[in-house]
Amino acid sequence: MSRIVHKFTRRVPEWRPRVTPVNLDEATPEQLDALKVTPSNTKVSAYVLTLAHDVESLSVRSPLFNAIMYDEGGMSRAERELGAIAASMVNRCIYCAAVHADRHAKLEKSTDVTDKLFTQGTDADLSPRDAAIFTFARKLSEGVPSASADDMAALREAGLTDEEILDLILSSSLFGWANRLMHVLGDPVRTEDTV
Amino acid sequence: MSLFETTTLLAAGAKGGGQIADAAQTRANIFEMTQAAEDAVLRPKDCGAFPHDLRAALAARIAARAKDMELAQRYAQAAGARTDISYPAQNGGTDDAVLVAFVDKVAGATKDIAADDIAQLQNAGVSDADIVRLCELVAFVAYQVRVVAGLRLMQGTKT
Repeated sequence: MSRIVHKFTRRVPEWRPRVTPVNLDEATPEQLDALKVTPSNTKVSAYVLTLAHDVESLSVRSPLFNAIMYDEGGMSRAERELGAIAASMVNRCIYCAAVHADRHAKLEKSTDVTDKLFTQGTDADLSPRDAAIFTFARKLSEGVPSASADDMAALREAGLTDEEILDLILSSSLFGWANRLMHVLGDPVRTEDTV
Repeated sequence: MSLFETTTLLAAGAKGGGQIADAAQTRANIFEMTQAAEDAVLRPKDCGAFPHDLRAALAARIAARAKDMELAQRYAQAAGARTDISYPAQNGGTDDAVLVAFVDKVAGATKDIAADDIAQLQNAGVSDADIVRLCELVAFVAYQVRVVAGLRLMQGTKT
Protein backbone atom coordinates (compact mmCIF):
# COMPACT_ATOMS: atom_id res chain seq x y z
CA MET A 1 0.00 0.00 0.00
CA SER A 2 1.13 3.56 -0.64
CA ARG A 3 -0.23 6.99 0.16
CA ILE A 4 0.11 10.30 -1.62
CA VAL A 5 2.36 12.83 0.14
CA HIS A 6 0.68 16.23 0.48
CA LYS A 7 3.07 18.15 2.76
CA PHE A 8 6.43 19.63 1.85
CA THR A 9 9.31 17.50 3.05
CA ARG A 10 13.02 16.99 2.42
CA ARG A 11 12.52 13.20 2.53
CA VAL A 12 12.22 12.40 -1.17
CA PRO A 13 9.10 10.34 -1.95
CA GLU A 14 8.63 7.90 -4.80
CA TRP A 15 6.96 9.15 -7.97
CA ARG A 16 3.99 7.24 -9.37
CA PRO A 17 2.94 8.10 -12.94
CA ARG A 18 -0.69 8.83 -13.82
CA VAL A 19 -0.07 7.60 -17.37
CA THR A 20 1.57 4.39 -18.52
CA PRO A 21 5.32 4.89 -19.07
CA VAL A 22 7.09 3.61 -22.16
CA ASN A 23 7.89 -0.10 -21.84
CA LEU A 24 11.66 -0.31 -22.13
CA ASP A 25 11.39 -3.63 -23.96
CA GLU A 26 9.28 -1.93 -26.64
CA ALA A 27 11.24 1.36 -26.85
CA THR A 28 12.25 2.65 -30.27
CA PRO A 29 15.94 3.27 -31.12
CA GLU A 30 15.28 7.02 -30.73
CA GLN A 31 13.79 6.48 -27.28
CA LEU A 32 16.67 4.26 -26.18
CA ASP A 33 19.13 6.91 -27.35
CA ALA A 34 17.30 9.66 -25.45
CA LEU A 35 17.07 7.43 -22.38
CA LYS A 36 20.85 6.83 -22.54
CA VAL A 37 20.18 3.13 -22.22
CA THR A 38 23.33 1.08 -22.75
CA PRO A 39 24.12 -2.57 -21.94
CA SER A 40 25.78 -1.37 -18.72
CA ASN A 41 23.06 1.14 -17.85
CA THR A 42 19.56 -0.30 -18.05
CA LYS A 43 18.08 1.40 -14.96
CA VAL A 44 15.66 4.12 -16.03
CA SER A 45 13.21 5.86 -13.69
CA ALA A 46 9.44 5.76 -14.22
CA TYR A 47 9.55 9.53 -14.68
CA VAL A 48 12.05 9.41 -17.53
CA LEU A 49 10.21 6.48 -19.12
CA THR A 50 7.04 8.59 -18.98
CA LEU A 51 8.76 11.54 -20.68
CA ALA A 52 10.11 9.16 -23.35
CA HIS A 53 6.62 9.32 -24.90
CA ASP A 54 7.84 12.68 -26.30
CA VAL A 55 11.37 11.75 -27.24
CA GLU A 56 12.13 14.96 -29.14
CA SER A 57 11.45 17.07 -26.03
CA LEU A 58 13.26 14.69 -23.69
CA SER A 59 16.40 14.74 -25.84
CA VAL A 60 16.77 18.51 -25.66
CA ARG A 61 15.46 19.08 -22.14
CA SER A 62 17.95 16.91 -20.24
CA PRO A 63 21.11 18.79 -21.35
CA LEU A 64 19.30 22.12 -20.90
CA PHE A 65 18.32 21.17 -17.34
CA ASN A 66 21.91 20.22 -16.51
CA ALA A 67 23.33 23.43 -18.00
CA ILE A 68 20.95 25.67 -16.06
CA MET A 69 21.47 23.92 -12.73
CA TYR A 70 25.12 22.88 -12.91
CA ASP A 71 27.16 24.96 -15.40
CA GLU A 72 30.08 26.75 -13.78
CA GLY A 73 30.18 30.46 -12.93
CA GLY A 74 27.34 32.79 -12.02
CA MET A 75 25.04 31.91 -9.16
CA SER A 76 26.03 29.28 -6.58
CA ARG A 77 24.52 25.80 -6.80
CA ALA A 78 22.65 26.29 -3.52
CA GLU A 79 21.08 29.57 -4.61
CA ARG A 80 19.94 28.04 -7.90
CA GLU A 81 18.31 25.32 -5.78
CA LEU A 82 16.53 28.06 -3.81
CA GLY A 83 15.03 29.32 -7.08
CA ALA A 84 13.90 25.77 -7.86
CA ILE A 85 12.35 25.40 -4.39
CA ALA A 86 10.43 28.68 -4.74
CA ALA A 87 8.86 27.59 -8.02
CA SER A 88 8.07 24.14 -6.63
CA MET A 89 6.34 25.65 -3.59
CA VAL A 90 4.19 27.95 -5.76
CA ASN A 91 3.20 25.03 -8.00
CA ARG A 92 2.96 22.68 -5.01
CA CYS A 93 5.19 20.10 -6.64
CA ILE A 94 5.94 18.06 -3.52
CA TYR A 95 8.39 15.78 -5.31
CA CYS A 96 10.49 18.57 -6.89
CA ALA A 97 10.46 20.56 -3.65
CA ALA A 98 11.76 17.53 -1.74
CA VAL A 99 14.56 16.74 -4.17
CA HIS A 100 15.79 20.31 -4.32
CA ALA A 101 15.34 21.09 -0.63
CA ASP A 102 17.44 18.01 0.12
CA ARG A 103 20.11 19.20 -2.33
CA HIS A 104 20.04 22.72 -0.88
CA ALA A 105 20.50 21.36 2.65
CA LYS A 106 23.42 19.17 1.55
CA LEU A 107 25.12 21.95 -0.40
CA GLU A 108 24.72 24.38 2.49
CA LYS A 109 25.41 21.70 5.09
CA SER A 110 22.39 23.14 6.90
CA THR A 111 18.66 22.52 6.99
CA ASP A 112 17.97 25.98 8.41
CA VAL A 113 16.63 27.64 5.24
CA THR A 114 14.44 24.77 4.10
CA ASP A 115 13.19 24.13 7.65
CA LYS A 116 12.01 27.74 7.76
CA LEU A 117 10.44 27.61 4.31
CA PHE A 118 8.53 24.42 5.02
CA THR A 119 7.34 25.50 8.48
CA GLN A 120 6.83 29.26 8.00
CA GLY A 121 5.83 29.20 4.34
CA THR A 122 6.57 31.86 1.78
CA ASP A 123 6.98 34.61 4.41
CA ALA A 124 9.79 32.70 6.12
CA ASP A 125 12.37 34.74 8.03
CA LEU A 126 15.40 34.38 5.73
CA SER A 127 18.65 36.34 5.38
CA PRO A 128 18.23 39.51 3.26
CA ARG A 129 19.99 37.86 0.28
CA ASP A 130 18.00 34.60 0.49
CA ALA A 131 14.78 36.57 1.03
CA ALA A 132 15.39 38.66 -2.10
CA ILE A 133 16.17 35.52 -4.13
CA PHE A 134 13.19 33.56 -2.83
CA THR A 135 10.71 36.43 -3.22
CA PHE A 136 11.76 37.16 -6.81
CA ALA A 137 11.62 33.47 -7.79
CA ARG A 138 8.26 32.99 -6.05
CA LYS A 139 6.66 35.94 -7.82
CA LEU A 140 8.12 34.98 -11.19
CA SER A 141 6.58 31.52 -10.72
CA GLU A 142 2.99 32.63 -10.10
CA GLY A 143 0.29 31.82 -12.67
CA VAL A 144 0.64 35.34 -14.01
CA PRO A 145 4.26 36.27 -13.19
CA SER A 146 4.19 39.20 -10.75
CA ALA A 147 7.89 39.87 -10.10
CA SER A 148 8.37 43.64 -10.29
CA ALA A 149 11.04 46.27 -10.73
CA ASP A 150 11.14 46.55 -6.93
CA ASP A 151 11.87 42.82 -6.65
CA MET A 152 14.66 43.20 -9.22
CA ALA A 153 16.03 46.18 -7.29
CA ALA A 154 16.00 44.07 -4.11
CA LEU A 155 18.19 41.48 -5.84
CA ARG A 156 20.71 44.15 -6.81
CA GLU A 157 20.61 45.71 -3.33
CA ALA A 158 21.35 42.26 -1.92
CA GLY A 159 24.53 42.21 -4.00
CA LEU A 160 23.61 39.89 -6.87
CA THR A 161 25.50 40.41 -10.13
CA ASP A 162 23.78 40.36 -13.53
CA GLU A 163 25.19 36.86 -14.11
CA GLU A 164 23.71 35.66 -10.82
CA ILE A 165 20.35 37.28 -11.55
CA LEU A 166 20.25 35.62 -14.97
CA ASP A 167 20.96 32.24 -13.38
CA LEU A 168 18.15 32.83 -10.88
CA ILE A 169 15.72 33.69 -13.68
CA LEU A 170 16.75 30.53 -15.53
CA SER A 171 16.65 28.16 -12.56
CA SER A 172 13.30 29.32 -11.21
CA SER A 173 11.78 29.39 -14.72
CA LEU A 174 13.14 25.91 -15.40
CA PHE A 175 11.05 24.64 -12.52
CA GLY A 176 8.02 26.28 -14.04
CA TRP A 177 8.70 23.64 -16.68
CA ALA A 178 9.73 20.71 -14.46
CA ASN A 179 6.83 21.18 -12.03
CA ARG A 180 4.34 21.06 -14.91
CA LEU A 181 5.65 17.62 -15.80
CA MET A 182 6.34 16.08 -12.42
CA HIS A 183 3.28 17.44 -10.56
CA VAL A 184 0.88 16.97 -13.47
CA LEU A 185 1.92 13.56 -14.79
CA GLY A 186 2.29 11.76 -11.46
CA ASP A 187 1.87 11.61 -7.69
CA PRO A 188 4.49 11.74 -4.92
CA VAL A 189 3.91 8.58 -2.87
CA ARG A 190 5.30 6.84 0.19
CA THR A 191 4.82 3.14 0.82
CA GLU A 192 3.05 2.54 4.12
CA ASP A 193 5.80 0.57 5.82
CA THR A 194 8.26 3.44 5.37
CA VAL A 195 5.95 6.18 6.65
CA MET B 1 20.29 31.83 -36.18
CA SER B 2 22.34 34.16 -33.97
CA LEU B 3 21.92 34.20 -30.22
CA PHE B 4 19.87 37.41 -30.35
CA GLU B 5 17.54 35.98 -32.98
CA THR B 6 16.26 33.25 -30.64
CA THR B 7 12.60 33.70 -29.79
CA THR B 8 13.34 34.15 -26.09
CA LEU B 9 15.84 36.99 -26.50
CA LEU B 10 13.83 38.63 -29.29
CA ALA B 11 10.66 38.63 -27.18
CA ALA B 12 12.62 39.99 -24.22
CA GLY B 13 13.98 42.82 -26.37
CA ALA B 14 17.59 41.87 -25.53
CA LYS B 15 19.94 43.19 -28.19
CA GLY B 16 23.64 42.63 -28.66
CA GLY B 17 26.10 44.98 -26.98
CA GLY B 18 24.32 45.93 -23.74
CA GLN B 19 24.89 44.91 -20.15
CA ILE B 20 22.19 42.25 -20.26
CA ALA B 21 23.47 40.99 -23.58
CA ASP B 22 26.85 40.42 -21.93
CA ALA B 23 25.19 38.29 -19.25
CA ALA B 24 23.21 36.39 -21.89
CA GLN B 25 26.43 35.71 -23.80
CA THR B 26 27.80 33.90 -20.74
CA ARG B 27 24.87 31.49 -21.03
CA ALA B 28 24.69 31.38 -24.83
CA ASN B 29 24.49 27.56 -24.73
CA ILE B 30 21.35 27.78 -22.60
CA PHE B 31 19.58 30.17 -24.97
CA GLU B 32 20.55 27.99 -27.92
CA MET B 33 19.20 24.88 -26.17
CA THR B 34 16.05 26.81 -25.23
CA GLN B 35 15.50 27.48 -28.94
CA ALA B 36 16.05 23.77 -29.68
CA ALA B 37 13.47 22.92 -27.02
CA GLU B 38 11.02 25.39 -28.60
CA ASP B 39 11.52 23.67 -31.95
CA ALA B 40 10.90 20.29 -30.29
CA VAL B 41 7.58 21.25 -28.71
CA LEU B 42 6.24 23.75 -31.28
CA ARG B 43 7.44 22.13 -34.48
CA PRO B 44 8.26 18.46 -33.77
CA LYS B 45 8.72 15.85 -36.48
CA ASP B 46 6.32 13.55 -34.62
CA CYS B 47 3.30 15.72 -33.79
CA GLY B 48 1.12 13.01 -32.32
CA ALA B 49 -2.44 14.36 -32.17
CA PHE B 50 -1.33 17.99 -32.14
CA PRO B 51 -0.29 19.54 -35.48
CA HIS B 52 2.00 22.57 -35.58
CA ASP B 53 -0.77 25.15 -35.99
CA LEU B 54 -2.64 23.84 -32.95
CA ARG B 55 0.57 23.85 -30.93
CA ALA B 56 1.27 27.46 -31.95
CA ALA B 57 -2.30 28.44 -31.03
CA LEU B 58 -1.99 26.84 -27.60
CA ALA B 59 1.42 28.48 -27.03
CA ALA B 60 -0.11 31.86 -27.92
CA ARG B 61 -2.97 31.21 -25.52
CA ILE B 62 -0.63 30.26 -22.66
CA ALA B 63 1.48 33.39 -23.22
CA ALA B 64 -1.61 35.61 -23.43
CA ARG B 65 -3.06 34.18 -20.20
CA ALA B 66 0.28 34.96 -18.54
CA LYS B 67 -0.13 38.54 -19.83
CA ASP B 68 2.75 38.33 -22.32
CA MET B 69 1.14 39.70 -25.47
CA GLU B 70 4.47 40.09 -27.26
CA LEU B 71 5.19 36.36 -27.05
CA ALA B 72 1.51 35.56 -27.68
CA GLN B 73 1.52 37.50 -30.94
CA ARG B 74 4.71 35.78 -32.09
CA TYR B 75 3.14 32.36 -31.60
CA ALA B 76 -0.26 33.36 -32.98
CA GLN B 77 1.41 34.09 -36.34
CA ALA B 78 1.88 30.33 -36.80
CA ALA B 79 -1.57 29.35 -35.53
CA GLY B 80 -3.13 29.22 -39.00
CA ALA B 81 -6.78 28.24 -38.77
CA ARG B 82 -6.52 27.56 -35.04
CA THR B 83 -6.64 31.20 -33.98
CA ASP B 84 -10.03 30.18 -32.53
CA ILE B 85 -8.16 29.18 -29.38
CA SER B 86 -5.16 31.54 -29.50
CA TYR B 87 -6.61 34.03 -27.09
CA PRO B 88 -8.14 33.44 -23.67
CA ALA B 89 -11.59 34.77 -24.55
CA GLN B 90 -12.01 32.01 -27.16
CA ASN B 91 -12.48 28.36 -26.29
CA GLY B 92 -12.63 26.75 -29.73
CA GLY B 93 -16.03 25.16 -29.26
CA THR B 94 -17.00 21.90 -27.64
CA ASP B 95 -14.58 19.74 -29.65
CA ASP B 96 -11.63 21.27 -27.85
CA ALA B 97 -13.27 22.03 -24.49
CA VAL B 98 -11.44 19.33 -22.50
CA LEU B 99 -8.12 20.09 -24.17
CA VAL B 100 -8.33 23.84 -23.64
CA ALA B 101 -9.51 23.49 -20.03
CA PHE B 102 -6.57 21.20 -19.29
CA VAL B 103 -4.03 23.53 -20.91
CA ASP B 104 -5.42 26.55 -19.03
CA LYS B 105 -5.24 24.73 -15.70
CA VAL B 106 -1.74 23.30 -16.17
CA ALA B 107 -0.44 26.67 -17.31
CA GLY B 108 -2.16 28.94 -14.81
CA ALA B 109 -3.20 26.88 -11.80
CA THR B 110 -0.59 24.13 -11.71
CA LYS B 111 -0.95 23.49 -8.00
CA ASP B 112 -4.62 22.55 -8.44
CA ILE B 113 -3.99 19.75 -10.96
CA ALA B 114 -5.10 16.34 -9.68
CA ALA B 115 -5.31 12.80 -11.03
CA ASP B 116 -8.85 13.49 -12.24
CA ASP B 117 -7.56 16.07 -14.72
CA ILE B 118 -5.48 13.39 -16.43
CA ALA B 119 -8.38 10.92 -16.24
CA GLN B 120 -10.65 13.41 -18.05
CA LEU B 121 -8.22 13.60 -20.96
CA GLN B 122 -7.94 9.80 -21.06
CA ASN B 123 -11.73 9.48 -20.98
CA ALA B 124 -11.92 11.93 -23.90
CA GLY B 125 -9.73 9.58 -25.93
CA VAL B 126 -6.38 11.37 -25.60
CA SER B 127 -3.56 8.80 -25.58
CA ASP B 128 -0.97 8.72 -22.82
CA ALA B 129 1.75 9.69 -25.32
CA ASP B 130 -0.29 12.72 -26.39
CA ILE B 131 -0.89 13.71 -22.76
CA VAL B 132 2.89 13.80 -22.29
CA ARG B 133 3.33 15.80 -25.52
CA LEU B 134 0.71 18.29 -24.35
CA CYS B 135 2.34 18.70 -20.93
CA GLU B 136 5.75 19.27 -22.54
CA LEU B 137 4.29 22.02 -24.71
CA VAL B 138 2.55 23.80 -21.83
CA ALA B 139 5.54 23.36 -19.54
CA PHE B 140 8.02 24.73 -22.07
CA VAL B 141 5.95 27.84 -22.79
CA ALA B 142 5.51 28.41 -19.04
CA TYR B 143 9.33 28.35 -18.74
CA GLN B 144 9.84 30.66 -21.72
CA VAL B 145 7.25 33.20 -20.51
CA ARG B 146 9.12 33.48 -17.20
CA VAL B 147 12.59 33.75 -18.73
CA VAL B 148 11.31 36.55 -20.97
CA ALA B 149 9.61 38.32 -18.04
CA GLY B 150 12.78 38.09 -15.95
CA LEU B 151 14.99 39.40 -18.75
CA ARG B 152 12.69 42.37 -19.29
CA LEU B 153 12.94 43.20 -15.60
CA MET B 154 16.74 42.97 -15.80
CA GLN B 155 16.68 45.56 -18.55
CA GLY B 156 14.26 47.76 -16.71
CA THR B 157 11.59 47.15 -19.34
CA LYS B 158 8.00 47.14 -18.19
CA THR B 159 6.52 43.63 -18.38
